[in-house]
Amino acid sequence: MRLAYWMYAGPAHIGTLRVASSFKNVHAIMHAPLGDDYFNVMRSMLERERDFAPVTISIVDRHVLARGSREKVIENILRKDKEERPDLIILTPTCTSSILQEDLQNFANKASRISDSDVIFANIDHYRVNELQAADRTLEQVVKYYLDRSHGQETLDQSVTDVPSANIIGIFTLGFHNQHDCRELRRLLRDLDIKINQVIPEGGSVKDLINLPRAWFNLVPYREVGLMTAMYLENEFGMPYVSTTPMGAVDMAECIQQIHRNVNTLAPISSNKKVDYEPYIDGQTRFVSRAARFSRSIDCHNLTGKETVVFGDATHAASITKISIREMGIRVSCTGTYCKHDAEWFKEQIQDFCDKILITDDHTEVGDMIARVEPSAIFGTQMERHIGKRLDIPCGVISSPVHIQSFPLGYRPFLGYEGTNQIADPVYNSFALGMEDHLLDIFGGHDTKEIMTRSLSTGIGLIWDPESRRELSKIPHFVRNKVERNIEKFAQQKGIVNITTEVIYAAREVLGI
Amino acid sequence: MSAKISETLTFECETGNYHTFCPISCVSWLYQKIEDSFFLMVGTKTCGYFLQNTLGVMIFAEPRYAMAELEEGDISAQLNDYEELKRLCIRIKKDRDPNVIIWIGTCTTEIIKMDLEGMAPKLESEIGIPIIVARANGLDHAFTQGEDTVLAAMAHRCLEQRLFVRERNGTIQKFPPPLEKEGEFIEYGDHPSLALFGSLPSNVASQLSPELRRQSVKVSGWLPAQRYTHLPSLGNGVYVCGINPFLSRTAATLVRRERCRLIGAPFPIGPDGTRAWIEKICPVFDIETQGLEEREKQIWESLKDYISLVHGKSVFFMGDNLLEISLARFLIRCGMIVYEIGIPYMDKRYQAAELALLRDTCIKMCVPIPRIVEKPDNYNQLRRIRELQPDLAITGMAHADPLEARGMNTKWSVEFTFAQIHGFANARNVLELVTRPLRCNDNLEDLGRTTLVK
Repeated sequence: MRLAYWMYAGPAHIGTLRVASSFKNVHAIMHAPLGDDYFNVMRSMLERERDFAPVTISIVDRHVLARGSREKVIENILRKDKEERPDLIILTPTCTSSILQEDLQNFANKASRISDSDVIFANIDHYRVNELQAADRTLEQVVKYYLDRSHGQETLDQSVTDVPSANIIGIFTLGFHNQHDCRELRRLLRDLDIKINQVIPEGGSVKDLINLPRAWFNLVPYREVGLMTAMYLENEFGMPYVSTTPMGAVDMAECIQQIHRNVNTLAPISSNKKVDYEPYIDGQTRFVSRAARFSRSIDCHNLTGKETVVFGDATHAASITKISIREMGIRVSCTGTYCKHDAEWFKEQIQDFCDKILITDDHTEVGDMIARVEPSAIFGTQMERHIGKRLDIPCGVISSPVHIQSFPLGYRPFLGYEGTNQIADPVYNSFALGMEDHLLDIFGGHDTKEIMTRSLSTGIGLIWDPESRRELSKIPHFVRNKVERNIEKFAQQKGIVNITTEVIYAAREVLGI
Repeated sequence: MSAKISETLTFECETGNYHTFCPISCVSWLYQKIEDSFFLMVGTKTCGYFLQNTLGVMIFAEPRYAMAELEEGDISAQLNDYEELKRLCIRIKKDRDPNVIIWIGTCTTEIIKMDLEGMAPKLESEIGIPIIVARANGLDHAFTQGEDTVLAAMAHRCLEQRLFVRERNGTIQKFPPPLEKEGEFIEYGDHPSLALFGSLPSNVASQLSPELRRQSVKVSGWLPAQRYTHLPSLGNGVYVCGINPFLSRTAATLVRRERCRLIGAPFPIGPDGTRAWIEKICPVFDIETQGLEEREKQIWESLKDYISLVHGKSVFFMGDNLLEISLARFLIRCGMIVYEIGIPYMDKRYQAAELALLRDTCIKMCVPIPRIVEKPDNYNQLRRIRELQPDLAITGMAHADPLEARGMNTKWSVEFTFAQIHGFANARNVLELVTRPLRCNDNLEDLGRTTLVK
């Protein structure tokens, strides 16, 4: 048992349902107790979906516990088969009902013999994987189901398309800015004259999955979901994939270069001309992306040496860390992810950029780390935003878990060249910069009236004389608390009880504050 | 399946394929109500993620509830439940120092047959904090019934409460005597004690008590009180009356185990319900009510502006929080037409007085009695909504937005659970909620294009 107040990633069945309800005309049956179908609420409220979530709960109650759920589950599958006429029905339990160890695979098989729809049981260990891993697996399972079947029937068309084409794998419902990212990726591929073969699972049809192998390559923008499918397609059909996240100008270039190589490998075979994307990258970076212009502006110099902390899913945390360091010159004091299962990759990505890495799914550890580092800004999840509020440190939200604020009505991609601009804005705005920074320094801040003493202050039993209080009040309010704590720490180390202006000056000399 | 309890009220029962919240959601309001409590939900990631997401209760600063998240080792019984719970409760005691820890059992603890009730007394005496066990699981209960399971479990402690405090006071300074004078709890005054049960925000509770005081009825306590240490003394001969329709188990516990006497009354929702509620309580103590008719009239007068908005409009309850009968009765009294009252579960005995008032209200207002559908089937209901085209559908959160996209006016049923709707003065809040979608969509008339689906 563990005492949990908050979690970064949801339970496995949420991942399965996200994949199921992203596809068009797929219905999910949850084998679960009353109230476990809150996925429907999340989808309808957060995504502001027009349609009812295609998820029906087959309720486990006392009656079912006593008699077994076989009949009820099959009955509900067949009922939805008739009512909704889906192409595919996915059956999933939740953490709770998975303990019952019923043969759901068997129920699915039985129902599929009668129903017009295909029926799959999403085979996930609900106590070993989280939402993201489950989504990755379910997507692979669905793709594999259709391709294997078609392969078996020898109806699979494995020829590649006449012109360069790509599948985008891993865009799905309740993803962090996924819809906007998808638009940006479509634009990128269009700019590169690459046809989009399929986008899965969002908006895709399972009937079309058999055409996946016809694309020249797969693009997997997020590591969390889609990688398993891409690897399966590589192993079975020799399809290459690009998994460099096109986030930030440097990785954008890297991603496009990989696409470039993949296209050029196939181009001669399919009597297409070889491509050269270098001018595109150059043009975008130097003249289109406003973020790249910002990086080379005098404004950005002010970011030099500012300290930040990054935390989020593996994809976003790694990318934002690299952007902060390589494209903005910010110091990342610590970076981390809650994707414990992807720790190896994360460390490898980050090791040259940042020495402190935190891999944990316990938000209190992240909070303690931030309190210790006291960065000028945080880039994290909703939880870090909250921690930032308590510590009076601005925070830009860069990663799931999703929140209603992750579904802005306006266009806010994180990927692509427009994404670079969208990321630069909050990063830039999170710091006090430029002339403002100087003026605050000179005139002692916006708010010099009173000093708030806060609970996080370490100064137990320390006495500030009126003179030193006045001195403290001259310090800009947004750093005042930090300075106060540092002075108190200094006083404690020196065994000083009464803080006078001399102590303050001494502390500032020693600590350079 | 249909059963008739009277000539006019008909109950139907559907498949039970409906969406509602898990009963553990009661934690989100009970932990705020009982200020010195700590709620520990013994369940899985699924339970925790529900509270975190759907109810928007992010467990941020100073949390007074948490998950004891069951992991693989717990499920496969490799770990010792007692030791694990002890470890967590000691930590809670150290960090939060509550006066009571309430273990909320979930579906998972039911399925793995974790003996929470067996472990609680042992651990309680070991760590010196009362531990109450409520099985608020979705196998047996729906949404608001979670509160019912907690209050029923807590009712057992009412009798022992004073003994418990006295017994422990000597050793641990954990249980200060209630703020009120000790004597007040056992002083019967002019009439036998009356305790009210149901969780209300303290300002609403302190509106209902004076209504009764005005009739010379003294309320000697509430279950739950603001603090665990202030639980009312119950026992033989104490009268009890509920303020919420979903508390049938608590009522049964109070009657059977604590030998209290239950006053069956409609619920104090709407001026009509509040008046009827008081009118059921007073005669029990041989008190003649005074000025109630005037009071009710006054309130109706003050609601005029809202009533003109809802009069003649139709409403459909999909069924969610078990407040449906009371709300429907009040809205019918306001001149609305109710097409259907969906309700997860219907205890016809505990709600008898409310059902009778519903029937009388329908007769009085000359409208047909709505169909009451227990364990509804959402798919069928959506079809009926499409056919009937009610002016307002009161639905669970999953259905509201898609219905809005189809040009329907909707209101979340869950809002009625959290809003202050009890008593004379708060009737206004019910109508405020009911009319908001009507007013909002009226304001948006110029926008046009009301349906957003093909």
